Amino acid sequence: MKDTKLETINYSLYYGKFRALKDISIKIPKNKVTALIGPSGCGKSTFLRSFNRMNDLIPGVHTEGSVLIDGEDIFKVDPVALRQNVGMVFQKPNPFPKSIFENIAYGPRVTGLKDHHKLEEIVERSLRSAALWDEVKDNLGKSGLDLSGGQQQRMCIARALAVEPTVILMDEPAASLDPIATLKIEDLIHELSANYTIVIVTHNMQQAGRVADFTAFFLTDESRTGQLVEFNETKTIFTNPRDRRTEDYITGRFG
Amino acid sequence: MSGRMIADKVVKYILFASAIISIIIVLAIGFFIFRESIEAWTELGIGEILFGTVWRPGIDQYGILAMIAGSLSVTFGAILLGVPLALGCAIFLAEIAPAGVQAVVRPAVQLLAGIPSVVYGLFGMVILVPLIRNINVPGNSGYGLLAASIVLAVMILPTIASIAEDAIRAVPENYRHGSLALGATKWQTITRVILPAGKSGIIAGVILGVGRALGETMAMIMVIGNSAIMPRPLSSNPLTFFLSQARTLTGNIAVEINYATGIHESALFATGVVLFGLIIVVNASARWIIRTQKYVEKAN
Repeated sequence: MKDTKLETINYSLYYGKFRALKDISIKIPKNKVTALIGPSGCGKSTFLRSFNRMNDLIPGVHTEGSVLIDGEDIFKVDPVALRQNVGMVFQKPNPFPKSIFENIAYGPRVTGLKDHHKLEEIVERSLRSAALWDEVKDNLGKSGLDLSGGQQQRMCIARALAVEPTVILMDEPAASLDPIATLKIEDLIHELSANYTIVIVTHNMQQAGRVADFTAFFLTDESRTGQLVEFNETKTIFTNPRDRRTEDYITGRFG
Repeated sequence: MSGRMIADKVVKYILFASAIISIIIVLAIGFFIFRESIEAWTELGIGEILFGTVWRPGIDQYGILAMIAGSLSVTFGAILLGVPLALGCAIFLAEIAPAGVQAVVRPAVQLLAGIPSVVYGLFGMVILVPLIRNINVPGNSGYGLLAASIVLAVMILPTIASIAEDAIRAVPENYRHGSLALGATKWQTITRVILPAGKSGIIAGVILGVGRALGETMAMIMVIGNSAIMPRPLSSNPLTFFLSQARTLTGNIAVEINYATGIHESALFATGVVLFGLIIVVNASARWIIRTQKYVEKAN
């Protein structure tokens, strides 16, 4: 397998006493797209949020085992610094009620960048990378809320890119979009994978098949605890899964 | 028609009547105050009342500019002191305090709203005024704008804090998460995303606080000194402005109405009309701002 970017070792997560994730060990390769799939409630989104410690915001969450980024324990990194390195795109586009420019410049600004020329450069570069520049370049002062849903989501991707992360986490980024906007996001994910490690949660099996190099299949056991059933190259998962449960899920027998 | 259908209709009319009655009461009060003030407006002249700086019923001088200045000065002072405090409370309660701390702090802040005005006045008279009297400036009696502003700041705190807290809580959670996920600190998230997004609600809270401040009477009478003079600095230091005694519009009415007759009484009603007008403007602007906020939220 390629270089490992993200890794978990015997990682478990609890909401209070409820164990939501159990003993997950995975090595997510660098500059590839990894899809997390599985039925609703299997913990794949919770697992995704482990990589930028967004679960820290939920009272009562505690974890066991380790989560590593570039071999370093993320719980020893300051969460603010970690989140600059590990960007996130949410299920529902969440632009700030600010102009497009200010949305993209937000991340660099909070890290202390004030130089307007540099900010302009970053905004343009990020919007180009998110394939949105041509659509909005004449309207950067317009509110981000005035964009269409698909454009908003690409703006949110641009906003994440502006902080220059090495990892981008995507939590069902196309779930609220129409098929054409979805296709654009998928193309974008494909392009970005040259330079970023992307982890994407998706409900949509075809989407995983289209965009992901690797796929991890999650499932809950009798006590509703999420577990990693199988992790492999997407091709293998879809054509020759090792686990019977993966095959059942892929072929649509449940889920 | 069945019994419950009839009941439904009857209740509808009863509720409608209740609403109409409260409107009639407001209009009646407005009309009554205005009618009683007509004599003053016509005999003394609108300009003379609104812009006259001398209030001396003994020589039939009824300018209320000093009281307008007094009310506005003390309100300004209260906003200056009270808004940062209230905003601090609101941010703490909405964003920082764990549930257990909230359960103690929120009722405590709200309790401030339940303390009778006269108790605030007593506190001001017994504690604040003697303290302020220690400031060594000639003519400083301790009674005046500073004592009144401090008392009023505490009185408007719960109003502003609770409305601002609601406004902050109404900011969608995904703004918060979006900001934090970009590597912003909690404080940056609050100042750069949450407060701007909740701005209208916060401003509306401040304006309602202003309305409350303008209307406050008893506590003001007890600590502001009640001299019907334009507030002015006591020395060359402009900050001694706040040591000046003053009188509020509300205080003007409450202090003199018991013995006023004729044109004097009418001039007090004119004071009431001005107060009424100020409050209407303040409440209408708060309402307007809250409405624009709702509109913005819908757009999201």
